Amino acid sequence: MSLLEIKNLQASVADRQILRGVDLVVNPGEVHAIMGPNGSGKSTLAHVLSGKSGYEVTGGTVTLDGIDLLALEPDERAARGLFLAFQYPMEIPGVATMTFLRTAMNAQRKKRGEPELSTPEFMKRVREEAKKLSIDPEMLKRPVNVGFSGGEKKRNEVLQMALLAPKLAVLDETDSGLDIDALKIAAEGVNRLRSPERGMIVITHYQRLLDHIIPDIVHVFSRGRIVRTGGKELALELEERGYADYEQEAAA
Amino acid sequence: MPAVQETVEQVRSIDVDQYKYGFETDIETEKAPKGLSEDTVRFISAKKEEPAWMLEWRLEAFRRWLTMDEPTWARVDYPKIDYQNAYYYAAPKAFVAPKSLDEVDPEILKTYEKLGIPLREREILAGVVRPEGSSRVAVDAVFDSVSVATTFKEELKKAGVIFMPISEAIREHPELVQKYLGSVVPVSDNFFATLNSAVFSDGSFVYIPPGVRCPMELSTYFRINERNTGQFERTLIIADKGSYVSYLEGCTAPRRDENQLHAAVVELIAHDDAEIKYSTVQNWYPGDAEGKGGIFNFVTKRGDCRGARSKISWTQVETGSAITWKYPSCILRGDGSRGEFYSIAISNGRQQVDSGTKMIHLGKNTTSRIISKGIAAGRSDNTYRGLVSAHRKATGARNFTNCDSLLIGPHCGAHTVPYIEAKNSSALFEHEATTSKISEDMLFYCRQRGLSQEEAVALVVNGFVKDVLQHLPMEFAVEAQKLISISLEGSVG
Repeated sequence: MSLLEIKNLQASVADRQILRGVDLVVNPGEVHAIMGPNGSGKSTLAHVLSGKSGYEVTGGTVTLDGIDLLALEPDERAARGLFLAFQYPMEIPGVATMTFLRTAMNAQRKKRGEPELSTPEFMKRVREEAKKLSIDPEMLKRPVNVGFSGGEKKRNEVLQMALLAPKLAVLDETDSGLDIDALKIAAEGVNRLRSPERGMIVITHYQRLLDHIIPDIVHVFSRGRIVRTGGKELALELEERGYADYEQEAAA
Repeated sequence: MPAVQETVEQVRSIDVDQYKYGFETDIETEKAPKGLSEDTVRFISAKKEEPAWMLEWRLEAFRRWLTMDEPTWARVDYPKIDYQNAYYYAAPKAFVAPKSLDEVDPEILKTYEKLGIPLREREILAGVVRPEGSSRVAVDAVFDSVSVATTFKEELKKAGVIFMPISEAIREHPELVQKYLGSVVPVSDNFFATLNSAVFSDGSFVYIPPGVRCPMELSTYFRINERNTGQFERTLIIADKGSYVSYLEGCTAPRRDENQLHAAVVELIAHDDAEIKYSTVQNWYPGDAEGKGGIFNFVTKRGDCRGARSKISWTQVETGSAITWKYPSCILRGDGSRGEFYSIAISNGRQQVDSGTKMIHLGKNTTSRIISKGIAAGRSDNTYRGLVSAHRKATGARNFTNCDSLLIGPHCGAHTVPYIEAKNSSALFEHEATTSKISEDMLFYCRQRGLSQEEAVALVVNGFVKDVLQHLPMEFAVEAQKLISISLEGSVG
């Protein structure tokens, strides 16, 4: 069975149609890249999948592991294994990162009917994963994303992904605001999380992230839908020729 | 922070009825005749078997009150209070000050049991009621107008600490009461304090002798039960030279459709090198979502750092009451004395809060610190009002103020009204203030990680109030955290 199945998904914001019939199937183990110009609706797709308010789904279906995703609350979707790495991770003043991680992990476990993690178990896992991402333990004591550099914020996203171990991860512009070194660390973190059971959707405007996270399948997104699908070489082609052709095509 | 988890569980476990202390105890009471007159004052004084000087003091206050007008400067709006249409004294019928708990009406004991307030020392000692790991707390339980029980009196006595209902102290320690009562909040201080001076019925009295560190936390639990009755308690705490005391105050009331008046006065006196830590968790019935019912809370709390290097610290968590009008203040009279004010004020539904503090620097090298966190939700209004002043002679005075407001939803208001007066050039005052909104984006971020809407709000709010919560005694902090979540239940659509 496919992991994620999106059929003819349509959505609008304040009566403005943004997604105009998205079709996408992600199988376990696959990494899909969605590339497209700014304003094409890539991030909207990520938000609609994760259940952010303000979007109205006007048609189509989405299933994760056969379950109707659109009928679930955002937190239930998360507990079912959907993870969104945010383009702009939010700051939560006064809440230590460690507390946040633990609260999130236990909230999901509880929703799945699993026992809460014991403190030593939790600490051990956080330390291990943080180390892999070269995250200073001091950073985990600081409030969530407050005063973090761009690189720290994105690494924090990857850390959360590692700890929450989702079935499907959607990475929204993970490369934005990162210099090349920070990008490499984040990409390595993501690559470590690739597994035969896990699907990923990497949303990006630029090809450069895909040098580091090599996708199995590349989609071109334009004006609210996928207009072309190909292998990883498609990304290089886009880098050379830009999105202009597709925009005309989509408009036609 | 396991407390967050507890908060979340607590929120889940409660049903639609958010105010869990809204029940009423069915008990026969004896009341003063309705309305307010010299006769009412005389009635109360006689009930309390007070000496003549006390009655005179009350009558003087009453006569002065007649000439005063209700203040209107606060940012609160409420129907005119009819002072003649209320009872000023209510006590459980045939009430004789009980010598032991066995003499206390079982209905009242049950009430406190329901409220989770341990009154049976034996049980507390045996660990029956006492939560694991908690320290012992001596409790004075005030039910409507009388104190029904005070625990650990004997043990405290051994340490030289006096902890008793103020009505008893007036009879047993008149020299102390006469010396200190009204010395911080004078009879003529303000409309509500003057009213309180005339008709106050009970409250707690604490005296810590020189050099004594009070061996346990002291606490008073106020309960309004009777209908149409105002509660006017009076608390007087004196920390003599070099002593220390930590005092907690809690309060609840039944859910009723009409408003009830609560006008308390609290006076603290700290002598040389003494320290008083006063914590409040105010959970009076706030009224329903439409603003019907609820307590009108007009309270005057003031501490006098009378001695050199003395210290008074106020910590308050304000979640209840329909109207809150309250400014716990410090007069920093002694050289090198210090005042602190840590506050979390939460308003939801139609609640109106106008609260803050005054730090009056009179002595040299006095310091003060104000951390105020206001959270407004629903259709409520939340105002911080504060004064920091340095007298001409208060050289080297320093203050740091931080006022943060958090708005939840589009229909509430947060206001900050700070007054700063420095009359000498060496005073150093800092003021920081922020107003922010719990954004949908922030909540969505939490929800995407698996937190429900309530869990997300609880997490964000707990982060916001963290600086203040850490100043509360441990048991109270956990309690307060739960209360905060309950108060905000349903605040986000």
